[in-house]
Amino acid sequence: MTGPGPRSLRATVPGRRGATSAAGPARSAAPGPGSAPSPAVTAAAAPDARDSRPERRPLLWLAWAVLAVLAAQLVAFVLRSDRLELEVVGEYLFAEPVLDGLLTTVVLTVVATVLGTALGAVVCLARLSSLAPVRYLATAWIAVFRSVPPLVQLLFWFNLAYLVPVLSLGIPFGPSFGDWDANDVITPYTAAVIGLSLYNSPYSAEIIRSGLSSVPRGQLEAATSLGLPARDTFFRIRLPQATRIILPPMGSQVISLLKGTSLVSVISMTDLLGAAREVYTRTFEVVPLLIVAILWYIVLVAVLTTGQSWLERRFSRGY
Amino acid sequence: MATDPIRTPAAGPADAPPVLRARGVGKVFGGVQALQGVDLDVAEGEVVVVIGPSGSGKSTLVRCIDQLEQIDAGSIELDGELLGFRVDRGGVLRRLPTRRTAAQRRRMGMVFQSFNLFAHLTVARNVWEAPVRALGVPAPEARERARELLERVGLGHKADAYPSQLSGGQQQRVAIARAMAMRPRLMLFDEPTSALDPELVGEVLGVMKSLAQERMTMIVVTHELQFAREVADRVVFMDAGTVVEQGPPDQVFGRPATERLQTFLHRFSAAP
Repeated sequence: MTGPGPRSLRATVPGRRGATSAAGPARSAAPGPGSAPSPAVTAAAAPDARDSRPERRPLLWLAWAVLAVLAAQLVAFVLRSDRLELEVVGEYLFAEPVLDGLLTTVVLTVVATVLGTALGAVVCLARLSSLAPVRYLATAWIAVFRSVPPLVQLLFWFNLAYLVPVLSLGIPFGPSFGDWDANDVITPYTAAVIGLSLYNSPYSAEIIRSGLSSVPRGQLEAATSLGLPARDTFFRIRLPQATRIILPPMGSQVISLLKGTSLVSVISMTDLLGAAREVYTRTFEVVPLLIVAILWYIVLVAVLTTGQSWLERRFSRGY
Repeated sequence: MATDPIRTPAAGPADAPPVLRARGVGKVFGGVQALQGVDLDVAEGEVVVVIGPSGSGKSTLVRCIDQLEQIDAGSIELDGELLGFRVDRGGVLRRLPTRRTAAQRRRMGMVFQSFNLFAHLTVARNVWEAPVRALGVPAPEARERARELLERVGLGHKADAYPSQLSGGQQQRVAIARAMAMRPRLMLFDEPTSALDPELVGEVLGVMKSLAQERMTMIVVTHELQFAREVADRVVFMDAGTVVEQGPPDQVFGRPATERLQTFLHRFSAAP
């Protein structure tokens, strides 16, 4: 690999030199005053970067070739396979049940992101609290909800009515202001929202906390020194700077939450995957409908990624 | 050239009440006595330059005055008001939490060694944000004043730049404008030129010198002895957390009384 490099460079240089001197007065033909006019010295003149050409890169061509073969294979497979049933994919891609499921997935993602992040922010502030009991509560919260798998949480909250048949709002161990039958409150939708939000909250809390602690001490000291009220120091100095650090992991978190919504079909919710399953249990066109779901998941993640990079640019102004 | 005795108010501190009065200030950092029994009066319009070897407590002193550190002994008063504490109805001295001392800090401007400009805000916004949020100055008025202040430190054309796009010297000049925007009673400088490339030190000292000429009350912690000689009304020499010697620059630099100051000055003059 190293062999051809220098040799080929040396080989090209005289050729180029020759070409330039033939075309007009060559650089090497105009020696400065006092330099030896001997042609031998001129030929051995120092190399000139302007005469260089890019290094040869055989590996690059190999990589392109491998990519081309792989792409050709994929295209050939798609064209020749009779089991892909692309016409079925096309038929269902915009079918109403699939779009309904897509909407459910989007709504669940948005609601669980908003609630989970809000909850996470509260847990994060509690973890940073100066009151010890509040800190302990936050630490326990993070430990519990980060330990339980999302699927288990969904099943648990869906079956909450067995554990707590009546939900009541009132003073602890005192009078109650209202009672609700847990079976009415816990629908598949509320169980999904509760489960996904709770599952999301400890991750959000830790992401926000790492962002807040990454703001340099000097920035906060400057704000303190100016006598900026604590609220302004937090919302105008600390949070905007933390946001820059928070956004990339938060984006990944939202993306994994989006994919996590596919678990809700176990508590009989018809999300994107659920809709695909309902169709294929009827028609047995399993693979085409999974491809429909896959295509939509890819589209959703692409949208999220675009939004994320826009936000990241927006918040990295000044850096 | 405000170098000479006309500006050295020997009688200054005596008649008018001092802007700042520190008595017996002590500060301990993890078992190390950073400050011990520090007394310091600063009169209106006076420029006090604090010099001393690294670790002598100079920075700690200005940080304690600005309430960025809590003092462990003694007291500090600004215009006769006790800083960082209140005396409750029972006569008990109570330490104020940070958020309660904000109003006191607004009356002092602090310039840090590492500038600490708000990285996510433009230069102009760095200057007008605090007057608007902390003093309730109407935004258009604060912006106009920010423009004037930036003009004065020679950076009017950088108003819309972000701090990261400026040189260290420019950033520090913005930091001075930011502190001045609060119309402070007292300006504190914590080694303002120590983080700068040598060729940028002059522009920052120039701005500070012009503030001194406008009779701004200032405490300057610095290693720039030449600046102390030219601008200070009084030079305070600190070592090992105490004030060892103080007086007009002529006296401190010309006739150092203590051996510690002589050694310190000697080491400095030995260096180029």
